Amino acid sequence: MSRISPAERKLQLQREAEGDHLYANRIRVYPKSVHGPVRRFKWAVLILCLTVYYILPWLRWDRGPGRPNQALLLDFTHRRFYIFGLEFWPQDIYYLTGLLILGAVFLFLITSLAGRVWCGYACPQTVWTDLFMWVERLVEGDRNERMKRDAAPMNADTLWRKIAKHSIWVAIAFWTGGAWIMYYVDAPTTVRAFWTGTAGMGVYGFTALFTASTYLLAGWAREQVCTFMCPWPRFQAAMFDEQSFIVTYQKWRGEPRGHLKADTHEPHGDCIDCGACVTACPTGIDIREGVQLACIGCGLCVDACNEVMTRVARPLWLITWDNLNRQAAKAQGHIVPVRLLRPRTIIYASAMLIAVVVMGIALSQRPTIGLSVQQDRAPLFVRLPDGSVRDGYTIKISNKTQADTDFDLAPEGLGGATIALSETHQDRAATLRVKVPADDVGTLRVLVVAPDQSGSKPLTFRLRNTQTGETTANNVAFVGPARSAGAPR
Amino acid sequence: MTDQIERDPITGTETTGHEWDGIKELNTPLPKWWLYTWLACIAWAAVWCFLYPSIPYGPSYWHGILGHTNRADVDREVHAVAVQRSAVMDKIGTMSFADIRADKGLAEAANTAGRITFANNCQPCHGAGGAGAIGYPALATGAWIWGGKLEDIQQTLIHGIRSGDPEARDSQMPRFGIDGVLKPEEIQHVADFVMTYYGTPRKDATPAELAAGAEIFANNCAACHGDKGQGGREFGAPRLASEVHLGGHTRQDVINQINNPHMGVMPYWNTRLDAATIKSLALYVHDLGGGE
Repeated sequence: MSRISPAERKLQLQREAEGDHLYANRIRVYPKSVHGPVRRFKWAVLILCLTVYYILPWLRWDRGPGRPNQALLLDFTHRRFYIFGLEFWPQDIYYLTGLLILGAVFLFLITSLAGRVWCGYACPQTVWTDLFMWVERLVEGDRNERMKRDAAPMNADTLWRKIAKHSIWVAIAFWTGGAWIMYYVDAPTTVRAFWTGTAGMGVYGFTALFTASTYLLAGWAREQVCTFMCPWPRFQAAMFDEQSFIVTYQKWRGEPRGHLKADTHEPHGDCIDCGACVTACPTGIDIREGVQLACIGCGLCVDACNEVMTRVARPLWLITWDNLNRQAAKAQGHIVPVRLLRPRTIIYASAMLIAVVVMGIALSQRPTIGLSVQQDRAPLFVRLPDGSVRDGYTIKISNKTQADTDFDLAPEGLGGATIALSETHQDRAATLRVKVPADDVGTLRVLVVAPDQSGSKPLTFRLRNTQTGETTANNVAFVGPARSAGAPR
Repeated sequence: MTDQIERDPITGTETTGHEWDGIKELNTPLPKWWLYTWLACIAWAAVWCFLYPSIPYGPSYWHGILGHTNRADVDREVHAVAVQRSAVMDKIGTMSFADIRADKGLAEAANTAGRITFANNCQPCHGAGGAGAIGYPALATGAWIWGGKLEDIQQTLIHGIRSGDPEARDSQMPRFGIDGVLKPEEIQHVADFVMTYYGTPRKDATPAELAAGAEIFANNCAACHGDKGQGGREFGAPRLASEVHLGGHTRQDVINQINNPHMGVMPYWNTRLDAATIKSLALYVHDLGGGE
């Protein structure tokens, strides 16, 4: 942070007060700890998310000898994604698109029903920020103590606490960054290699990168990520409607707010303006100002307020989850039913259903066979001594099964066409048998010979897995000379 | 000029005192960090010039105390690649063709080496993929003149054809026309007969003419080209009963060849390519689709 002179600061404040400023300094947020059902639920989600994150790469899954036994492995080096019993090749990348569409629509649906529950509970930024804040509270104390400490000049006690806090943060960040790597490489061997100094530069580099980003985002940037960096809060407003449940301050009940005073007889609402909801907020906002961009919907203000309401013997849930429609009705003194089924939710739910069905069908019908054919360009064809015409093709056969398999490759659509490997071109037959190892791509050059042909003719390569009977085909051209043999030259 | 330095009233910046048409130049000196970076660059350049080749003087130049040259860099890299390849190429050079074939990795290496060598040395005459051209044998078709087994191809590559190498394959087709062995009309007749082998006989050729041609063929050509035009490999006599024609497809091509034969030369490669490369090339050519 750059230092500015008091005079400049004064000018800056004056401009800000006049509404004439282009930037504002960050106002540091010191969230106060709260206790209650929401907080307990948030801890539970946090523990669940972190457990899944740290444990997942260590699960094993037997895929047979010589094959990776990690349950979830995104192996970029060998271009294979292993997800439990499923194995994806680079050609299957559109399943990832499907998964992302599914995730997005699910997020839309949840948001239109129950607000920003993703932001408040499950988003990694929220989870790690929450974890880092917990460490901060443990080492430096709660809100008031931390504020006092930061305002006072540095002393030995503050210094060691700051050092301890940052050390723990870096340790957690390192653990997080290191765990991320495990999704892309074999976890046990990499951990051993990491600590014996034999892992690749990629492993060390990416661990350092993710350690740094975790430390910076969860330790320093915090709510600024949600408010300024993340695009999701910007367009989540499009998912909300007056039926969406969001964290709501029940204005009709709370206002006019005012401090509890024994001698006053003025009527006032339940809000005693204690500010507990503001101090509890991890993004430093005032929920009483209504729905706003910086609210991540975590509901910690609900716990904070309930605590106060209990103490002042007022009904709980002054801050609660509710929708705008019901609030408007309640302000008028009546109750309206909740409408979960509305065009928006029905559309999102159907889109999700369609995505699930399409993905499911695609996944269950996923071919384990692949054929690609490329015709030789130079020469396009050759004439053989007996007058027949021969074209060469480079063939790639993908065997996505887990067994070494014999495939039958046959040229179809040309009368009397025969096929052979180029290195054994004399053994020509109607079909060619090729062995391709398990989970591999076989590349071969084949020669197709047809009796005297002229011009370009359609040719179909049909590939059949002799064990499963699965077939696939590829349409190409068979090119011959402009004139057939024996024609006058 | 007063002692007081003038300040621009709007920005508060000092002026240099220079004025053009009422516009005064503001004094905005370079930032210090910029100046020091610039000076550091100059110092860096001086050190660089001292270490590396830099300043030309007359016929020579300052070589730099590190003795660096780009040429040496390239030599080192070329040598490193040769060393890296030698492990594989040594094996290819010493192993038999069958053993190379049996080793998938070696076979692929040989095929790659062969493909590159073919493109650099053979393609200009024999065509891409060994398609051939008139006067230059088609290697991919199986229409071999001297033999299409791996060993035959290797032999041709090493010693060449009519190349001047002592062990070169060699043969001569007599100059039937210009040496007066056959009369012009005899050449016409035998050409008509050869065109029946080519599958495109002259339509108005009479049976008598063809019979005369057949007799001339039996007496003069069949000794090398075979009694059915099947060719003779021991003499390097091309097969005539074929759709692949070394000397051209037309009757006139045939007449020209009988009259004053064109006999191609294939260079010997044993002084230009090492044994392992020649073997790789033989494997590649064999696998183009004509190998026996």
